[in-house]
Amino acid sequence: MDFSDTPEEAAYRKAARDWLAAHAPKHNFPVKMHEPDFLPRAKLWQAEKAAAGYACITWPKEWGGQGGTAVQNVIFLQEEQPYDAPVQAFTVGLGMCLPTVMTLSDEETKQRFVGPGIRGEEVWCQLFSEPSGGSDVASVRTRAVRAEDDSGDWIINGQKVWTSGAHHADFGIIITRTDPDAPKHKGMTMFWVDMRDPGVEVRPIHQMSGGSHFNEVFLTEVRVKDSQRLGAVNEGWKASLVTLMNERLTVSGGGHANWGQFLQAAREVVGGDGASALQDRALREKLADWYVQAEGLKHTRNRTMTALSKGETPGPENSIGKLVLTTYVQELANQAVEMMDQYGIIADPALTPLRGVLQAAALSSPGSRLAGGTDEILRNIIAERVLGLPGEIRLDKSVAFKDLPTGR
Amino acid sequence: MNFDFSDDQKFLKAEARKFLEANSPTTRVRTVLNDDATPHDAALWKAVGEQGWLGAAIPEAYGGLGLGHLELCVIAEELGRSLAPIPFASTVYFLAESVMLAGDEAQKADILPRIAAGEVIGALATSEGPGVVGPATVGATVSGGWLSGVKLPVTDGGIADLALVLAKENGQAGLYLVDLNGAGVSRETLTTLDPTRDAAKLTFKDAPAQRLGAAGEGFPLLEQVLDRAAVLLAFEQCGGADRALEMARDYALERYAFGRVIGSYQAIKHKLADMYIKNQVARSNAYYGAWALNTSAPELPVAASAARIAACEAYWYAAKENIETHGGIGFTWEMDCHLYYRRSRQLALVAGAPRVWKERLVSHLERRNAA
Repeated sequence: MDFSDTPEEAAYRKAARDWLAAHAPKHNFPVKMHEPDFLPRAKLWQAEKAAAGYACITWPKEWGGQGGTAVQNVIFLQEEQPYDAPVQAFTVGLGMCLPTVMTLSDEETKQRFVGPGIRGEEVWCQLFSEPSGGSDVASVRTRAVRAEDDSGDWIINGQKVWTSGAHHADFGIIITRTDPDAPKHKGMTMFWVDMRDPGVEVRPIHQMSGGSHFNEVFLTEVRVKDSQRLGAVNEGWKASLVTLMNERLTVSGGGHANWGQFLQAAREVVGGDGASALQDRALREKLADWYVQAEGLKHTRNRTMTALSKGETPGPENSIGKLVLTTYVQELANQAVEMMDQYGIIADPALTPLRGVLQAAALSSPGSRLAGGTDEILRNIIAERVLGLPGEIRLDKSVAFKDLPTGR
Repeated sequence: MNFDFSDDQKFLKAEARKFLEANSPTTRVRTVLNDDATPHDAALWKAVGEQGWLGAAIPEAYGGLGLGHLELCVIAEELGRSLAPIPFASTVYFLAESVMLAGDEAQKADILPRIAAGEVIGALATSEGPGVVGPATVGATVSGGWLSGVKLPVTDGGIADLALVLAKENGQAGLYLVDLNGAGVSRETLTTLDPTRDAAKLTFKDAPAQRLGAAGEGFPLLEQVLDRAAVLLAFEQCGGADRALEMARDYALERYAFGRVIGSYQAIKHKLADMYIKNQVARSNAYYGAWALNTSAPELPVAASAARIAACEAYWYAAKENIETHGGIGFTWEMDCHLYYRRSRQLALVAGAPRVWKERLVSHLERRNAA
């Protein structure tokens, strides 16, 4: 048991580190998503990585990857992380959309999209969630119907929501309802769409935390060719499973409020008795709990990394990650705010300890608990896939989609 | 990155499980539970000694197998899983580890081979009353090599041969080796939350005592001993917690209520998912503790604290929610659920309650992250 790289891993790490040291600093990261030059700078960095084979390390060489291993990918990400590069612009495209395209589309489509995607020339988004269903992906109402002109084209009408990066995106993969007379899982079809089509309108969602990282996407009479179909007609559920399987490998922690920040803030906060909040026994106990959670996740990742390093399939333990992280971060952020007593209500970075990061975390944490699977869905997944407990009793599996009760 | 046990260690773990399933089924554990005249499973203790487990981490020069602490960790997990009613922790994690840590050559040569051979049962005696053990709670005194005072509870105090006793000499705390079969020692069996483990009140009256380690170093040494024991106990706790989760899962899949198995209700599924999460957090922290213990890393105090806190929480949650998942049958004497519930209490208290470890952990973090 040790934390050292194997000689091969160490060599790979050194090469990655050297390459990053030679190429990353001149980009002067970070650049925030709301800054106007975010996208061009993100694209430049992606192109530079692609030229060196670092853009999609585990992809086959013929598709612009490196034919590398999962552990090499993790090593590169670890080395890249300190530079705070704007990689999130391509997470959805390279992590979910293009793998779906590569799995389900014809040779011509793959040739058309994979190269520009890997080089960061084109950005992708994923049009799955709808106002009527987030966790329940198969409840999509956005309709795709055959055009009446015998062209074989499809006409799409409907609305998507919570679409990350749609405002930057050139293309999207979309799941639509094609047979409302069939049960919900059997009447969906997936396509790729051009986000520049005049029938596609993107509106930013104003989040409760103030930012706008997600969008609503309205589709009105959007015409797509049958060749834009991903997978068979009415087999969209299978196609979406390809995408979502990749999502689980993509979503990660990083950049969240942590116990070290709490400790630092607690040192700065001095109460009426003249003692720092760090002397408060109740807070110290909580701090210990958060540390244990953070360490638990860190070393769970190390266990996963070990399995990858040995070329094994990681065990299911990594499925706890997002649930544990988002739960304790919300608790930590709220306790930090309460620790400051009346003053904790102030969110102005100029006036608050640690420039308001803990206040910001208090407002963003509800979203983290929802994105990429709610707490409840993730618990179901652990219970069903890890512990082998039965799936939910379903009322919607054998009923025609159009006959399902929908509420509002 | 190789944050896992080796194939040899996994093989040892699998062998240990097979051995304990054959030699320590809960039916055997129950003989200790039900019979006041049977304070531990002597046959199992003998068999465990014959397996060489008692000396797994003791150097070959002192009669042990000379394996590392990682081997001891995998054995500990299986002992915890099987609820083995034997004085393994007292003898190996407390006594043997203390002697290896602070004993002089003569003490090592005298004690370690006898532990490895299964001839000595150990015990750690620090508590004297309700509340956290600290300098103010030590009433036992040593004067001129003679110990007087009262200790309770002492896990395995009723069956131990050699105790490590916290006492003061000239006002300074130290750890003292005392032969419990010698003069000046009387024992009284205690009723505890976990009758599958022995516990006693020990009264010393001018009992011959020999200091372990330097004068006045009692508490620093005790902390080191507890750090090492905490990691090993954490593996016992992980073993027990995983078994409790398995029991709950199995029962949830066979018990019907309102026309369906109870494991199909989200209330049960989410409860069991939470058990799994806590068990994994505990296991990952325990692994890090194992690494720190095995390499004597400077991170050991922090790693051990985190391992203990996570393990106490996981076992408590799994043990209590296992009973809840079983419903009424889980509250009966005949069902095994309470054995894990009881053991979760024993293991959470025997090396100091989690609250104390949380404070120790934060103190370490404060120093590490000093300005």
